[in-house]
Amino acid sequence: MAASKRRNVSSKNSKEGGLKATEVDIDSKVELIIQSRKHANDVFDVLEYLQSEKQKSVVGAINGCCKLFCTLLERKALYVGQLGKEEMLLVGDHSADEKYSMFMRHRYNSCVELLLELFSHESYQIKESALCALMKFASMEGKFPLQDLDCIKLYSFPRELIQAVVGKLLSPEEDMAPLISRYQEYLDMEDVRYYTMTFITGNVASVMEKAKGALRPIFQNNAFTLLSNINMPKCQTDLTKYLVKQEADLEDWKAAKLKEHQRVFERSWLGFLKYKLPGSMYKKVLVILHDSILPHISTPTLMMDFLTAAYDVGGAISLLALNGLFVLIHQHNLDYPDFYKKLYNLLEPSVFHVKYRARFFHLANLFLSSTHLPVYLVAAFVKRLSRLALTAPPASLLLVLPFICNLIRRHPSCCVLIHRPSALDQACADPYLMDEQDPAQCKAIESSLWELQTLQKHYHPDVAKAAMEINKALSPQEDDISDRLEISTYEMIDRDLKKNQFRAVPLEFDPATQLLQGSGGIRVLGLHFSLQ
Amino acid sequence: MMGKPSKKKNISDKVRKAKTCTEIKNNPFEVKINRTKFEILGRKTKNDVGLPGVSRSKAINKRKETLLKEYKTKDKANKFIDKRFGEYDTTMDPEEKILQRFSLERLRTQDKKDMYNLNEEEELTHYGQSLAEIEKLNDVVDSDDETDEKGLLSAELTASHFGGGGLLKRKTPGEKDDGGNQRAKSRQELIEELIIKSKQEKRERQSLKEESQVLTEKLDQDWKSIHGLLAHKNTPKADQEEDRPKLDEYDMMVRELGFDMKAVPSEKLKTPEEIAREEKERLQQLEADRLRRMLGDVGEDCNKAQTHVSADDINDGFILDKEERKTLSYHNAKWNINEEGAKIDGEETGDDGESEDEEESNEEGEDEGEGSEAEEDSHSDLESEEESEEENEDEKEDEKDEEPAAKPPLSDAENVLAEAAKVELPYTFKIPETYSDFKGLLQGHPADHQCIILARTRACNHPSLGILNKVKLQKLFGFLLEYVGELATRSPPELSTIDKLIPQLYDLCQLFPDAASMVLQTILRDKANSMEQVLEEKGRATFPQLDMLIYLKITALLFPTSDFRHPVTTPALLYISQVLTKCPVTSLEDVTSGLVLCCLAIEYVSFSKRFCPELVNFLLGLLHLAVPDKTSTDYSVVPPFRQSGKSSGLLVLSSLESSQTWSKKTLPLSATQKLKLTSDLEADHYRLSAVATCLELLKCCSSLYSELPSCSQIFQPITSLLSKHLPITTYPAALQEVHGEILAAISMCQTSHPPLVFEKKKPIPLKLFTPKIVQVLDYGKKRGCSKAEREEERLKHKYKKELKGALREVRKDTRFLAREKLNEVMGRDLERKRKVKQLYGSLATQEGEWRALKRRKNSRH
Repeated sequence: MAASKRRNVSSKNSKEGGLKATEVDIDSKVELIIQSRKHANDVFDVLEYLQSEKQKSVVGAINGCCKLFCTLLERKALYVGQLGKEEMLLVGDHSADEKYSMFMRHRYNSCVELLLELFSHESYQIKESALCALMKFASMEGKFPLQDLDCIKLYSFPRELIQAVVGKLLSPEEDMAPLISRYQEYLDMEDVRYYTMTFITGNVASVMEKAKGALRPIFQNNAFTLLSNINMPKCQTDLTKYLVKQEADLEDWKAAKLKEHQRVFERSWLGFLKYKLPGSMYKKVLVILHDSILPHISTPTLMMDFLTAAYDVGGAISLLALNGLFVLIHQHNLDYPDFYKKLYNLLEPSVFHVKYRARFFHLANLFLSSTHLPVYLVAAFVKRLSRLALTAPPASLLLVLPFICNLIRRHPSCCVLIHRPSALDQACADPYLMDEQDPAQCKAIESSLWELQTLQKHYHPDVAKAAMEINKALSPQEDDISDRLEISTYEMIDRDLKKNQFRAVPLEFDPATQLLQGSGGIRVLGLHFSLQ
Repeated sequence: MMGKPSKKKNISDKVRKAKTCTEIKNNPFEVKINRTKFEILGRKTKNDVGLPGVSRSKAINKRKETLLKEYKTKDKANKFIDKRFGEYDTTMDPEEKILQRFSLERLRTQDKKDMYNLNEEEELTHYGQSLAEIEKLNDVVDSDDETDEKGLLSAELTASHFGGGGLLKRKTPGEKDDGGNQRAKSRQELIEELIIKSKQEKRERQSLKEESQVLTEKLDQDWKSIHGLLAHKNTPKADQEEDRPKLDEYDMMVRELGFDMKAVPSEKLKTPEEIAREEKERLQQLEADRLRRMLGDVGEDCNKAQTHVSADDINDGFILDKEERKTLSYHNAKWNINEEGAKIDGEETGDDGESEDEEESNEEGEDEGEGSEAEEDSHSDLESEEESEEENEDEKEDEKDEEPAAKPPLSDAENVLAEAAKVELPYTFKIPETYSDFKGLLQGHPADHQCIILARTRACNHPSLGILNKVKLQKLFGFLLEYVGELATRSPPELSTIDKLIPQLYDLCQLFPDAASMVLQTILRDKANSMEQVLEEKGRATFPQLDMLIYLKITALLFPTSDFRHPVTTPALLYISQVLTKCPVTSLEDVTSGLVLCCLAIEYVSFSKRFCPELVNFLLGLLHLAVPDKTSTDYSVVPPFRQSGKSSGLLVLSSLESSQTWSKKTLPLSATQKLKLTSDLEADHYRLSAVATCLELLKCCSSLYSELPSCSQIFQPITSLLSKHLPITTYPAALQEVHGEILAAISMCQTSHPPLVFEKKKPIPLKLFTPKIVQVLDYGKKRGCSKAEREEERLKHKYKKELKGALREVRKDTRFLAREKLNEVMGRDLERKRKVKQLYGSLATQEGEWRALKRRKNSRH
């Protein structure tokens, strides 16, 4: 064909000419194609540029294509309806106009394919402009549908195009997070969001079925990123922004109803969470679960299975699941048997070391805020926390010591833990059973908080002072622990460094003569290490 | 003149006032009583009774004297200056005043007589000394006969020495009498007589002087002839006197006494027991301080005086001494005399140079004697051979005397080295201003030399020698620390050099505690900050480099670790704890770093026996690394360790045989950075050493924390690990022994305690009727709490009061002036009316007369 010849020539040209030349070339060609049908074959050259090596020419080509096909769509110069095979084009009996529109429709389809392929290009700029171009097509297609409206019940939406885009975004090979965050802009539009969620559900289901229970970390990560980027509207009146303006009445359109949105949202999340998740994904989901997922789900209790499963995993994941469970218990009447027992068993030495310490103690504070809890339970919590405090870093101690004091204040009958004058003269071993799983059986109420007495000798002055609280009757006012939840050791160091700046610094009076000389009484470093 | 009548009025006024005052006070219509609302016991009020009439009249009088006068003289350029003697002096008696005025008048008229008084001509003076006398004295060498004249007070002498007494003389009573007696003579005669008299006197005086001069010259010559016989003994002195005739012996003595050192009353000689006792007391005092701070008694006044004596004063003392004035004092039962001070000023410069030479040659001599490989001394050309052996020894003794008692005795070899180093190095150094300067100063010298350079730099730039030195020396500490850090980061780390630099750091820190603490705080903040950033990014951090470990150790050396709260050591310990909880152990280097930090943590808390949970956790974690089977553990390790996983078998021995060949060795500090283990056997040995250290540290911990109430709970996981999981049977015997000891120590812990109770409340004291004492302020209520605030309040109040008073006064002034103006206008009007009336009157009479005349004319006609 003549077209192939031309292609060769033009590719030669593009090699010879500079980048500027190619841009001018593309622009002029696009102009020519738009101007008259004679130059229709130039579209091949433009598409050729899409596969170019050079980034600039690819971007130029994307822009050119965008302009070209948008104009064509506007002119309704593309074939509408079911498209036959390209080979059939010559064979079939069509008028010249039809032939041209079919030809162009084919070129349009191949252009969309090429653009989708560009999603896996290494340059973000190209990915981004490809995505933008596709979304532009989508909006134009919405306006000037390529299908007969009768078949799709009056509501035109470029479903296939969006489905293809979503499919590409949920790539199982590549982390698409940057592109997804770009796509978030389009997710603000109600119809795009609705259809995206629908397609995600289908996509996840098909991919994960294929995986047969195995993990697909990258795919799941992409799916999670896309899902978590969805901002659900709060009420029906918020649904105002659409990619495609519908001429028909909106009432029957699913994408215009909040209920439908919530349903689809719920289905997509449940579909996503149905499959086995990697550990880090669990944490990520649980972190956002309570405030960006649960409120938008029509029947949140459906999340119960997932949450209870997560709660049973143990460790940090259990801690995070607490938050979601709390929402369910608190707002949706979930009855969770042995909740406190499980919470009690969550208290492990690692509680003080994990990242989610602040969140956990915030929730624990909420759970234990009820004054109707039995004394044995509160005593068990208090005793266990104080036992664990023996291994805690100072920042956590600054949090947990007031926490313990607050618990005792809230439940005055727990006061025997720090004040038992009746048995003053009978020294006894600690009756508390650390290994007992059931808080009712652990005999915490018979014990005393010797741990806090130990911590009065803690090396950090603030901790020691906090532990000294129990020496006197506690003041009725509770300590506010909210500002201590986030405190870190670095902050403590910084605070200590800033203190006492104006007072003279006490000095060591034992003159130092050697590096390994003992300080503060005994020589330890010098005994075990040598200057080598 | 205005003065007299007004004065009279004043006197009478006074009299009247004095009389009326009592009358007024008794007059109930004059007195206004300010009623008080409340009676306050013991308060004296100034203003309870007022005399408004009196005070008003007073104010009006005052205005009349001041304001009115000003008003009257307004717009008038000329003014009278009353120069009458004592006119406005109210303290003077009027009679006295008149007398004085009279005498002044008399003096003025008498002064005119001088014009003709030839005998008593004015003497010209210069600085109160008669010029004539000065001229005369220049001729005669008066220093010679001063001794003869001592004690005589002639008129001439006093006149010459104490300034012209011309006036005095004139007023001697004899003269006056003369004037009085001979007043009868005629003026002409009197003048002639005076002329003759004066001329005669002059002539006599001149002849007398000539005579005496001749005599003295003769005496001089005589003296010279005898002088030759006497002169043998003190020729040089005479020469000297001839050279510098101005220098009087007496003057010199005075000056010497003035500038010379004085024997300061020194403390009495102490017996060794006394000295020991004092030292003990000092240490006890310091220890008590430390305990107080450890218990966290806030409100501490920790500005204890720095009584520290440098640990290596030997190096710097001799430089300092030249600058400082020495005092005569006893020290260590020996006279400590500055020899130069006793010598005469003139010789001082030369002496100085000599003494320097002496020292240098002294050291040089010793140096050669020891045969060390010292480089050629640049100063050796100054060396003089005549120095006696004795002097050398004296000097040595002096140096030793200056050594403080606290100084640890240097070994002989070190001494030699130090001496050798001293010879090579210059004696003064400029303080480096930047770190690169500082490095340049120290680079290329061995460790001992670096110490000496630092000591000398410090001595030359002692803060007492210049204001700027302090700031510069403060910087030096920072440079030194940075240098230490750099030494520690080199590979291999130059730890022995750092070791040598420690005393310098300590001394600098003692000099500038604030600067030193600032530097260490900055380092801590930076390191903690960088670790925090890594933690935020990755969630875990790596163990700090060796330089940070060294810094932490230095912190412990320079500052007390036992304080309840210390601005440097508390954050440092927090940093250690942060590292021990956040840095996962992934290699044997990490194990070593962790062990170093554990050692440091133990040292930090050892004195105060404070509880450090991270320490126990970390040791447990390290031992967990040595447990081969990690599946069935009944203890749980705390982050950064994991129950199982990568590098959790780091300390498990690869072969059991290696424990037989193992022997206990100390671990090298450099192993925290890079560990070179060539074979499995070596690695196993290293593992065993680490485990051994770990066990030793645990032993330390168990003894430290045996007192704590929950000791057994703290060590419960460790007990279970040690007794059930650690493959102790495969370890060498030494380790098994330590293992047994730890278990025994832990089992010794008391497990039963009495239950907790609150502290007993102090009884609330009964209310007592002691008066509440409140500070009396000159403004109403007590406002503000700080002293500055109260002072400000007081000033504000005072200002307000003054402003009000001033406004009132101004108002009164204007009212007064207005009244005066009105009076003036009225007066003028009256005058005019009077004049008009007069005119009318005169016109009327004129008219009357004219009419009468007319009538008369008419009647004539």
